[in-house]
Amino acid sequence: MRFVLTEEQQLFSDSARRFLQARAPVAALRKLRDAHDPDGFDRGLWSELAGMGWPGLLIPEEHGGVGFGHAGAGLIAEETGRTLTASPLLSTAVLGVAALVQGASERRRAELLPAIAAGELLMALAVDERPRHAPHEIATRALATATGFRLTGQKTFVLDGHVAEWLIVAARVVAGGRADGGHADGRHADGGHADTIGLFLVNRRAPGLSIERTVLVDSRLAADLRLHDVEVSRADLLDAAGAGGELLDSILDAGRAVLAAELVGIASESLDRTLDYLRQREQFGRKVGEFQALQHRAAHLYCEIELARSATNAALRALDARGTDTALLVSVAKAKAGDAARLATNEALQMHGGIGMTDEFEIGFFMKRARVAAETFGDSGFHGDRLARLYGF
Amino acid sequence: MTATESGPDLEAFRAQTRAWLEGNCPPSMRGQDADEKQLCWGGRHWKFASEAQRIWLERMAQRGWTVPEWPREYGGGGLSAEQATILREELQRLSCRNPLASFGISMLGPALLKYGNEAQKREHLPRIARGEIRWCQGYSEPGAGSDLASLKTRAEDRGDHYLVNGQKVWTSYADEADWIFCLVRTDAAATKHKGISFLLFDMASPGVSTRPIRLISGKSPFCQTFFDNVRVPKANLVGTLNEGWDIAKYLLTHEREMIGGMDLFAGGHGSLCAIAAREVGLAHGRLVDDALRTDLARYEIDSLAFALTMERIREQSVGGQGTGALSSLLKYYGTELNKRRQELAMSIHGSRALVWEGERIEAGKAGEHARQWLRSRGNSIEGGTSEIQLNIIARHILRLP
Repeated sequence: MRFVLTEEQQLFSDSARRFLQARAPVAALRKLRDAHDPDGFDRGLWSELAGMGWPGLLIPEEHGGVGFGHAGAGLIAEETGRTLTASPLLSTAVLGVAALVQGASERRRAELLPAIAAGELLMALAVDERPRHAPHEIATRALATATGFRLTGQKTFVLDGHVAEWLIVAARVVAGGRADGGHADGRHADGGHADTIGLFLVNRRAPGLSIERTVLVDSRLAADLRLHDVEVSRADLLDAAGAGGELLDSILDAGRAVLAAELVGIASESLDRTLDYLRQREQFGRKVGEFQALQHRAAHLYCEIELARSATNAALRALDARGTDTALLVSVAKAKAGDAARLATNEALQMHGGIGMTDEFEIGFFMKRARVAAETFGDSGFHGDRLARLYGF
Repeated sequence: MTATESGPDLEAFRAQTRAWLEGNCPPSMRGQDADEKQLCWGGRHWKFASEAQRIWLERMAQRGWTVPEWPREYGGGGLSAEQATILREELQRLSCRNPLASFGISMLGPALLKYGNEAQKREHLPRIARGEIRWCQGYSEPGAGSDLASLKTRAEDRGDHYLVNGQKVWTSYADEADWIFCLVRTDAAATKHKGISFLLFDMASPGVSTRPIRLISGKSPFCQTFFDNVRVPKANLVGTLNEGWDIAKYLLTHEREMIGGMDLFAGGHGSLCAIAAREVGLAHGRLVDDALRTDLARYEIDSLAFALTMERIREQSVGGQGTGALSSLLKYYGTELNKRRQELAMSIHGSRALVWEGERIEAGKAGEHARQWLRSRGNSIEGGTSEIQLNIIARHILRLP
């Protein structure tokens, strides 16, 4: 059985839902937005979540985490999708933790993981350099020096990069000063030169690093980075074994699966709100939900969401089980969930009619977040292409 | 896909099952290309295609594994849902062919288990399980398609028997079936859902006749079926008189699941991609036709997500209790997906798929892709149209007015 929730998981999910709906509903995001909050999330809330163990979901128990696995993280992400709760859950508890657990030195893990679990340390993953996600087409260079590496380049769409204490920066490792921007050989299943990509732990105060805060359409915050001869010690190259590209895929896949769960939450909540509206709203002397044109669209949307949910659950479980088909399942989940959430929010807006277009109403918040989360770490086009490569066509 | 997680007891069951299948499934009953012509349907007049086909059915029936989850006293295997999943996985692992294709198994059996009386269960279920009696379904009529409950075939009470008169249509394999399960009107005065009953009778009864229907895809198993003063013993009424609609609906959920999952995963996930790579060609590892590549990738994503949904719904339907309205999701999405698959297959094979007859083409192979493509157009109509499934989802799952 890999789909039916255990009793423990069900309780966990229910309590997460109750907490988020009371403490961090959509109204809370609106408040942060309207106040131009410099963080874009509520640090007090993050401390409360730390008290509940959420930042440590994927951290092993010996480093202060709760080890609830990706399935657990997915349950929470689905609920945060329903409430649009802004928090560093993805950037820190999923991406940051995945990077540290899989790639960092024992010293760094012992130093950073307990601080993350305590809610005191934030992280961010810096991969994208262009508007479209292309994680192996990386131009940022890491030049090998006597003591480590010197990083130069620029990064964009670094989620929570404005608050992260440590940044995980993907860069192309260049030996002996030779620039390598080529596209000739050694292509990886994801379309790049996986063998030469390294991930580096960079502190936000490192000389040569500049961080520019950006506010996204969904009222979440990110950063653009500029790196100019940023020195990184050899020990802060993650996964020194030289499989940096695979490590990056693995970190991204954890993030993609959790994002898929959030997207399923966004889609489900949008559908639920729309169904409530269809049952209440009257036009032409009837409930609009009686019109078959709307019924069929709602029913089709329901099917798309259920497919996305199945794929997402399977991907999360595959990550926990380290299954051989993880990459495939994650791509199916991210593609399906992104498309389902975009469809759900567009249908929700249309079926709500004029009121859906008003800022006062909340459906617009869901549409904006769905767009961002669907784009993050690859949309259905990216993941369709990845599936085609995995299937050898 | 990842194998089912399981405890030590289930692991032992898996090992035993694997060993038994390896020892008992004849080599010629393994392999992927189990198309419709190679299926074993059983029944009074069945001629086995080979001795291996006969032995495979006999051995599986002996263990109750033609119907693994039915109770043992009715010819089933008495397996739990988890065990049945393991059996399915092991059958798939060895590519064992289905020992018995049967509407008795997929449709009538579950309805009899729920609504039949003890005598009916003992008479019919073991014969279904052993493939001795082949069943057909008397549902649709010329005037009752999507609006099935408006059916007019009538059964009059004649004391010790019912007298059945009327006409059915789209009766699959009526010309080869031994018995029929049939919806008939027993109360013409009642509202349309309230006067329907569920009858079983022998197709060899005097007054029953059939006529095959030719489709756009050519020869088909569908028939028109005529009843002219057919006498049906009263003991053959299933459930309560005039309450057959509940049984009809229940049975339809099983039919929908069956149709929803048909054909889709023949050859395994990604098989269409492999065919495309071979037929259309690759350049630097990429399909040379970019638009087709994108369409195929989207199809595979939906197909994988659908397979996982089937698995999830099956897990959630405790102990084979059926899936209720969710079967409409499977029926709707699965058939629309199969139609997409057949469109893609036609595109992959291009003009070659358009050849209907040709002197140099092996008999029976001509027009194969075109026939499958044309036949699949009916998938979203038969067993309740896509639009009816969407109605059911809107009403019973989404609770729209």
